[in-house]
Amino acid sequence: MNLILLPRLAALALFALPTTALPTAKKLNVVTTTPDLAALAREIGGDAVEVKTLAKPSEDPHFVDAKPSHIVTLNRADVLIEGGAELEVGWLPPLLESARNDRLAAGSPGLIIASQGIKMLEVPVTLDRSRGDVHAQGNPHFIIDPVSAKIVANHIATHLAQVDPSNAALFKANLAKFNATVDTKFAEWQKTLAPYRGAKIVTYHNDFVYFADRFKLTVVETLEPKPGIAPSPAHLAKVIATMKAQNAHIILVQPYQNRKTAETVARQSDGIVIDVSQQPGAIKNTDTYVALMDNLVRSVASAFQNKP
Amino acid sequence: MINLRLVVVAMLLVAFSGANRVLGAQQRADTTAQRHQRVLDSLAAALASVQARLDSLERVPAATAEAPTAGPARSSGAYMNIGFDGLADFGWSTTPDVASLQRGDHDPKVRGFTVPNVELTFDGAVDPYFKGFSAIVTKLTADGETTVELEEAWAQTTSLPYNLQAKAGQFLTEFGRQNAQHPHAWAFVDQPLGLNRMFGPDGLRGQGAKLSWLLPTDTYAEAMVTVINSTGGTAWSFRSNESGEIHGGVPIERSVETLGDLLIVPRLTTSVDLTETQTIVLGASAAFGPNNSGPRARTQVYGLVAYYKWKAESGAAGFPFASWQTEVMSRRYDAGARVALENAATKLPAETLSDWAAYSQVLWGIRPRIVAGLRGEIARGGTAAFRSDLRVNQERVSPNVSWYPSEFSKLRLQYNVDRREGLGTDHSLWLQFEFMLGAHAAHKF
Repeated sequence: MNLILLPRLAALALFALPTTALPTAKKLNVVTTTPDLAALAREIGGDAVEVKTLAKPSEDPHFVDAKPSHIVTLNRADVLIEGGAELEVGWLPPLLESARNDRLAAGSPGLIIASQGIKMLEVPVTLDRSRGDVHAQGNPHFIIDPVSAKIVANHIATHLAQVDPSNAALFKANLAKFNATVDTKFAEWQKTLAPYRGAKIVTYHNDFVYFADRFKLTVVETLEPKPGIAPSPAHLAKVIATMKAQNAHIILVQPYQNRKTAETVARQSDGIVIDVSQQPGAIKNTDTYVALMDNLVRSVASAFQNKP
Repeated sequence: MINLRLVVVAMLLVAFSGANRVLGAQQRADTTAQRHQRVLDSLAAALASVQARLDSLERVPAATAEAPTAGPARSSGAYMNIGFDGLADFGWSTTPDVASLQRGDHDPKVRGFTVPNVELTFDGAVDPYFKGFSAIVTKLTADGETTVELEEAWAQTTSLPYNLQAKAGQFLTEFGRQNAQHPHAWAFVDQPLGLNRMFGPDGLRGQGAKLSWLLPTDTYAEAMVTVINSTGGTAWSFRSNESGEIHGGVPIERSVETLGDLLIVPRLTTSVDLTETQTIVLGASAAFGPNNSGPRARTQVYGLVAYYKWKAESGAAGFPFASWQTEVMSRRYDAGARVALENAATKLPAETLSDWAAYSQVLWGIRPRIVAGLRGEIARGGTAAFRSDLRVNQERVSPNVSWYPSEFSKLRLQYNVDRREGLGTDHSLWLQFEFMLGAHAAHKF
């Protein structure tokens, strides 16, 4: 009988949980799915925005938990910036459904889909999952292409100005500043990587195609046999053979990917594993977009220098 | 581009030469092929020139990049996402009457093969105000007959004020955690004993409406109340035709006289992130409604749930992780004076039937795509003036291991040991296979 009463008492206790009201925020409340988008939002929004991100820098952006705390965050957002191209398809839709925030409804100025306006690579002609978890709208890892980043920044500035017209001039000025910085840095990055034009790299997931395309590198293999499919011994043997045959030595690995697998391949192919990230903050001193790209370009260039 | 062009040229050449062999005019064929080749070459050259121009334009650092026009956000679906999920079980149990042991509608039913859940789902925005969802389930019975059921069909508001949300239609009721989950989201092959005893083979669902309120607190908290019809097999502890298994008597006809004759299900849930990597969800639910053991008989079901998850700070595909989920349910079933089901000459006295059940399960996501699980269950039925197999004391322990070749397929091996008072101990081994087609599934926490 006690066990029958227990749930009733606990239910009462739950109903009695203290509740606190949210203080009114003056700044525009911007939520991004991933830290790279948050970095761009901070550049454009400046002091006029408060930016929160759902995924941690160290987290695989395809597999973020749809934690209930994210529902509260999204419920209060004035603006949501998502990567789009199905990057967040496995976790964002149920959060948005529960958040009941019509400021983030499809077509609203408060919803920014970063992939819109990007020239997407690897858009499949037919949708067929025997090719792995390919995304219908193309490869979603485009921010590490500076040209794409500028398009997204422009997109963010346009939407922020629509949501908060009083700060439109600030957003425009911040965009101009960001563009000027990226233009300068882009020239530097191109110069740094110019000696390695056509050089070969291997990546864990198929997530560096935009970077390779922009800086004229060649991705010869991925450790995943197909997107989202775990590496198999047979496939890794093929990767090792390809690396040897094509004289490829550099394996790029992000923090959430299995470094041990990459190390095994590197050992058997005279290669080296380079720790890089596409998310600001995952690696020390990479909190801004430019710092992130600086680190990425420098890491790749120095790897080529050591392993030509 | 060049490779594609070569392939097209090669294919056309093969096609032309094949056709011409049929004609048997070799000389004319060569001429035709050569003419086509020249046309193709000039077209390809023009294309290459256009591509080169496009490439050069694209390489201009986009200081002048225009604000993108809002292009379509999706290309995979038109107005509606369609999904398909198939589940199949294979296994053996020491009891030949598997259905008496595995009472869930989506559990393995026989020694050998069972296809317990083949689900077609549709979802999408109805208009700017509603989202719609439907799940149509087909399955094969133990006799191999196909049955179809409309598991869910509901619309939900998207933009009510004051953090409110309303849902109406036929839907799985939010009571605890697992009741509202579809079988492919379960961590074990079968339905927990508690859910089976309290809510029957299909769990608690029905036709009705739900109103929920997201509390304006910094901590996630949601309160909701669902009102559904209290009749049918999915209102098991209420006015179900099969409720004789609960109260041992002949169910009586009971119509809906007042709003109190509907089934009311209030629920409160809250969640806290203990750390960046640990989250806990707590919930309390209840279900109140009439039952058909007597003209004024009523049932109360109470439930508590706790779910904890740790996910590593960094890891591929959301691994490694560990989770713990526990649900406790109790039922107070006020049975009226009734005619015994087994013997019409026997009258059963009015009595209160008290039952409770609990399960606790731990999952360990060892490495990408591999999850080990362990579940322990207990179900207890209080004293009564009759005996029912569905109220005997029972315990079940189920270790399992699941392998997900991708996000779209799953293989699960599970061992169950069941002890039922008066019915002995049974051992079962089940292998489950699942596959999904269509829209990418999104996972709720």
